[in-house]
Amino acid sequence: MFRDIGKLAILIWRTWCALPLVFRQARKVIEQLFDIGYASLFMACLLSIFIGGVLAIQTGPPMVEQGLSSVVGAVVGLSVCKELAPVMMSVLIAGRIGSAMAAEIGSMSVYQEIDALRTMNINPVHYLVLPRVIAVCIALPCLVVFSDLIGWVGGAVVSATNPDINISWQSYFTSLANSVDGGDVINGLIKSLIFAGIIGFISCHQGLMTRGGPRGIGRSVTKAVVNSIILILITDYFASRLLLRLDL
Amino acid sequence: MADENNNGHICVDVQNVCKSFDDNQVLKGITFDVRCGEIFVIMGPSGSGKSVLLKHLVGLEHPTSGKVMIDRHEITSPELLSEYRIAMVFQSGALLSSLSVADNVGLYLAEHRLKPAKEIRRIVSEKLAIVGLDGTEDKMPTELSGGMKKRVAIARALVMEPQLILYDEPTSELDPLISVTIGEEIVKMRDATQATSIVVTHDRDLGFGIADRMAIIRNGEILALGTPDEVRNSESEEVQTFLKASFQRKQKETES
Repeated sequence: MFRDIGKLAILIWRTWCALPLVFRQARKVIEQLFDIGYASLFMACLLSIFIGGVLAIQTGPPMVEQGLSSVVGAVVGLSVCKELAPVMMSVLIAGRIGSAMAAEIGSMSVYQEIDALRTMNINPVHYLVLPRVIAVCIALPCLVVFSDLIGWVGGAVVSATNPDINISWQSYFTSLANSVDGGDVINGLIKSLIFAGIIGFISCHQGLMTRGGPRGIGRSVTKAVVNSIILILITDYFASRLLLRLDL
Repeated sequence: MADENNNGHICVDVQNVCKSFDDNQVLKGITFDVRCGEIFVIMGPSGSGKSVLLKHLVGLEHPTSGKVMIDRHEITSPELLSEYRIAMVFQSGALLSSLSVADNVGLYLAEHRLKPAKEIRRIVSEKLAIVGLDGTEDKMPTELSGGMKKRVAIARALVMEPQLILYDEPTSELDPLISVTIGEEIVKMRDATQATSIVVTHDRDLGFGIADRMAIIRNGEILALGTPDEVRNSESEEVQTFLKASFQRKQKETES
């Protein structure tokens, strides 16, 4: 385990050192951006509308009963942008893209493609890891902004149509606009950037560590997804505490 | 990265190399040298440590003890090898499955920005024509047969204008006709580039057909070293067993 952590730390350091070379890998970053961002958009949209809807349906009726119907929009708005959108989008990307990254790099390890890169003096960190980490760090915050908007709309639809809540669109969005400010959205974006790093590095690391054929690839994919999700949830707690202390 | 104008060919010196993976000793004091521009064949049965030995020459593995010297410099990390143009043709071809044939062949030039895109396309077509695969530029590796993959891998090695080429089991999984073609490509490539070549194989026909000098390795030890004739006349029983092994049907079956 400690050996794994050490190797992951070395990978992060090498990627950091390679950052000035990112413009040389621009084409690969754009290709990855398409895979991560554009191709995940429909799933993100579907997930977000239901996240907003579930939040509204769970919090709306008891709040209306207590005479707090004016804060339903605020509760949904803040929960979506500060917690649910960054965490759920990260889980989605860890499952969808992290697994693909680990599988692709893992199969390259097993079938000697990475050794072939090394013999051509092509650094696998520059060629494989850097574009993927950069792309996920750009795409995930963009998906989170998108998810915020769709999630808010999902909450509004349920609040307006559910007879137990029955709040107009206008009062829902007025409550949301009064409570959610730019800082709250930025809070979610900072978290999503941290989560993106976790997904990118853990998935690439697991891919590079793959040994032993198709079974090894399967094991790496499982490890990449499970480790990413666990680390995302643990980091979320500490990031939330830190950002609250910083008043964000 | 290698100096583009450095066409000097390089020699290889392996001195008492031992390699262990946990308790399993794979190489037990291997010593040999490969002279500039020669084809040196390392031959032996499967699992004798040939491929592990080859990986030491490109810095993909490091010896537990002993030295690997390229051009009289000890190789302690893959980065040191960047001073030389060393190409390796892997057993599986190791083509990048996400890239087309042309992108695979031109990868070295494109990634190191050694030539403009147009020039790379021209060089790629030229090298593919040399290995008899002109017109396959836009194909993906999954569309190629085993023999074609290996020839693309040779074209990819050619693009580097290598000073040293390593071949890992170049004819494994290939039919005899394609094996002959691959053997001819290896000799043709050496004649064209004068690059030092090291071929690891268990194919006796290929080994004796292309070698200037050769070594027979078994259980991580060299049993015989010299020209093909010297190896053929080796007094070692194990060498003779390996060289003369052939499939014999049981007498009863043959009679029936």
